[in-house]
Amino acid sequence: MQFRKSWIMALALTSVVALSACGNGGNNAATNNGGNAAATNTQNSSGAELSGSILASGSTALQPLVEQAAEKFMDANAGVDIQVQGGGSGTGLTQVAEKQVDIGNSDVFAEEKLKDADAEKAAALVDHQVAVVAIAAVSNPDAGVDTLTKQQLVDIFTGKIKNWSEVGGADQAIQIINRPASSGTRATFESFALGTKTDDLPGSIQEDSSGTVKKIIGETPGAIGYLALSYLDDSVKTLSYDGVEPSVDNVISGKYPVWAYEHMYTNGEPNETVKAFLDFMMTDEVQTGDVVELGYIPASQMQVSRDVAGTVTTK
Amino acid sequence: MKPRTADKIATAIIVTFALLIVAILVGLLGYILIRGMSHISWDFLTSAPQKIRAGGGVGPQLFNSLFLLVLTLIITIPLGLGAGIFMAEYARPGRLTNFIRLVVEVLSSFPSIIVGLFGLLLIVNTFNLGFSLISGALALTFFNLPLMVRITEQAFRTVPKQQKEAGFALGLSKWKIVTSVLLPVALPTIITGTILSAGRVFGEAAALMFTAGMSSPRLDFSNWNPLSPSSPLNPFRPAETLAVHIWKVNSEGLAPDALQIAAGASAVLVLTVLIFNLAARYFGRFIYRKLTASKRMN
Amino acid sequence: MRVKPKKSRFEKHHIENFIGRAYMSFCVLLLIVIIVSMVYFVASKGIANFVSGEVKVSDFLFGTKWSPEADTPSYGAFPFIAGSFLVTLLAALIASPLSICAALFMTEIVPGWGKKLLQPVIELLSGIPSVVYGFVGLSVIVPFLRNTLPGQGIGVAAGALVLSVMILPTITSVAADALASLPQNLKESSFALGATRWQTISRVILPTTFPAIMTGVVLGMARAFGEALAVQMVIGNAPFVPRSLFESASTLTSVITLGMGNTTMGSPQNNALWSMALVLMLMTFVFVLLVRMLERRNKI
Repeated sequence: MQFRKSWIMALALTSVVALSACGNGGNNAATNNGGNAAATNTQNSSGAELSGSILASGSTALQPLVEQAAEKFMDANAGVDIQVQGGGSGTGLTQVAEKQVDIGNSDVFAEEKLKDADAEKAAALVDHQVAVVAIAAVSNPDAGVDTLTKQQLVDIFTGKIKNWSEVGGADQAIQIINRPASSGTRATFESFALGTKTDDLPGSIQEDSSGTVKKIIGETPGAIGYLALSYLDDSVKTLSYDGVEPSVDNVISGKYPVWAYEHMYTNGEPNETVKAFLDFMMTDEVQTGDVVELGYIPASQMQVSRDVAGTVTTK
Repeated sequence: MKPRTADKIATAIIVTFALLIVAILVGLLGYILIRGMSHISWDFLTSAPQKIRAGGGVGPQLFNSLFLLVLTLIITIPLGLGAGIFMAEYARPGRLTNFIRLVVEVLSSFPSIIVGLFGLLLIVNTFNLGFSLISGALALTFFNLPLMVRITEQAFRTVPKQQKEAGFALGLSKWKIVTSVLLPVALPTIITGTILSAGRVFGEAAALMFTAGMSSPRLDFSNWNPLSPSSPLNPFRPAETLAVHIWKVNSEGLAPDALQIAAGASAVLVLTVLIFNLAARYFGRFIYRKLTASKRMN
Repeated sequence: MRVKPKKSRFEKHHIENFIGRAYMSFCVLLLIVIIVSMVYFVASKGIANFVSGEVKVSDFLFGTKWSPEADTPSYGAFPFIAGSFLVTLLAALIASPLSICAALFMTEIVPGWGKKLLQPVIELLSGIPSVVYGFVGLSVIVPFLRNTLPGQGIGVAAGALVLSVMILPTITSVAADALASLPQNLKESSFALGATRWQTISRVILPTTFPAIMTGVVLGMARAFGEALAVQMVIGNAPFVPRSLFESASTLTSVITLGMGNTTMGSPQNNALWSMALVLMLMTFVFVLLVRMLERRNKI
């Protein structure tokens, strides 16, 4: 009996110790190598086999695209390991500025987040614009409005217009579904749709995530908000802006102004592996494949471009 | 009002409220399980999530949750046992003991978001471990440890004094008494407590969003070398757990069946916690019988 | 024969004793290191804005305008502090009577099967993860409130309701323990005097166990105050002190979860979020001290 007791005790306790020993054995180095996949990789023009690991973090809006492209890139280059993490644009920019990650994904220009004391950090970052996201004003389907002018939108989001009947819709109170002040989506919407920063209104609902915003707008009578084009579906009513329909074609031609770049920042010029991956992001395979599939607009097809200050130039 | 009438009314109210709580639980569980069960299948539990197509699963997330739990327990149990035994058997009443007790209390009442933020600051950024399983496990340790200490201390305190005195009378050293006399008696309570606290760890999300990350790299389930980056066992890879996945799918999900996935994952999460609860009861009894040769069970 | 003391010091059980003790002291030390570094790190980040002169403490605590991205940013956190207290107090107000009734049910009304029925219920309720509460809150409570009451469903009331369910188990289990530990003879003498059960409960049991029950309430409030995700999903997150219970508002935790990822480390806005984390931390200390005070009263 004594034997059995101690045996069970030993099992219960030592297994813990043993496991902890193997748990500590790991390390971060990318040691897995040996594939000769470079031969099949048509993107890697230099022909040399790429290796190393890439760590990207930041924007949750851009994350799915980078993840999907990273998987394809890793399939083609067995020696490369790419990890894509979320955390938000601010986190991505912080970490790339601190050199904790190789690529910082962001919904906004680095200069907009790294201001004042951090301005020189932003100057060290190199921008790679991989996709464009367009944002559309949307309303609950029962609001009965198809299009809003810029001035009407401003009046709604500053609280001057409080009822849909004032803009030709149903007699319903307007409920604003906004984003938090730090949100990149909000920054884009305010700069390019409203043209002004707005103060939050008492009683407005603020959600950071597009899924929640869509759900609430679809369910709440009289709700208005804004969503990236990839989130639009029949549960919400997409509103035209000054009569221009928010479609991919209108964004590409520059007719529809409410859009922003998705950025992948590197700290200084990227090394060979990172550069190869960023180049891969701009190939037609990704730009017309994954980018379109995931609901972004290919940056390579844009007929207009825009700088930090918001000046639009035709290419 | 007559005292009897008052008594009857009060009893009725108490019974109603108590049953209301039962109804809330039944409603909650029923809602979660009925909404989610239809979506749970072997495929759902094992396949990887889809980004924009329907039919994604939660396989990697489920694995991450379990693996993270194991990692956390590996770190927590030895430390928690040590500190708990110290508090129960070694600490003399006094200022220091009082202070440690305060520390344990404060640590266990810290909101999990504070733990997560601290993890972000210290582990993820300062120690540069990045968003990884190990960061998550350390953050979870911070808030599971005080619980473990408390569980151990209480378990040791419930051991009858006579057992310890008998040990001393036999001339055993203190260490021997702790390991061979007290620990076996306290172990069932400790195990029960540990499994229950494991349920809490399993469902934690706020602390993990900032430490273990919200992404799950592609896992190769045939590669069990813990050093390889695509190996599920590598503790330095980012890992999205089931609870974080529910949060993410609910808010950012692009897949058309995001709601069903959230419901299904919620059901899986709740079922796992249920299993933990049952296992805690069963296991405690089992070990108690084995270790004490006791026929009677309370 | 006497064994030389020098030799006996190195006998096996002495070494074992020493190692055991050293290990345990290490564990305890680690606990202290963890908490000290936690307080240090959060505090050093939290006061950064005040030290640099970016924000005045009084402006932060009592300012009602939160517009961090405006051209002249202001970082008033009062709406969030008020929101946190509001939902916490409301949740405690809803949950406390329910929990105390449940505890009475378990210990006084039907001690046998009442405990068998409610004990697992309480344990399961406390085991359900907070994201699941948030999910259910968003898909059940919010539509329900929207359809039956004024407002949009999302708001303070929804947050308080979700929280109240989450803190039910905490209050109930502490209260039940307190009631169960009450000496039997107190009750018996009350019954012997001809008191009804309700008279016994309301005049003897509840007054004597009041501090212990309040301990449970405070512990529940501590949990509600720190809960992040479930609340954030249903409260609406407008940075204003709500004008009605059915209006969108924010808590400290909801602002932190929303803003932390979107802001860069070291920016004033990010530091303001850390200041809020510091407030949360200080409130934890207050709650723990309250619990200690109540426990001391309970002992007398």
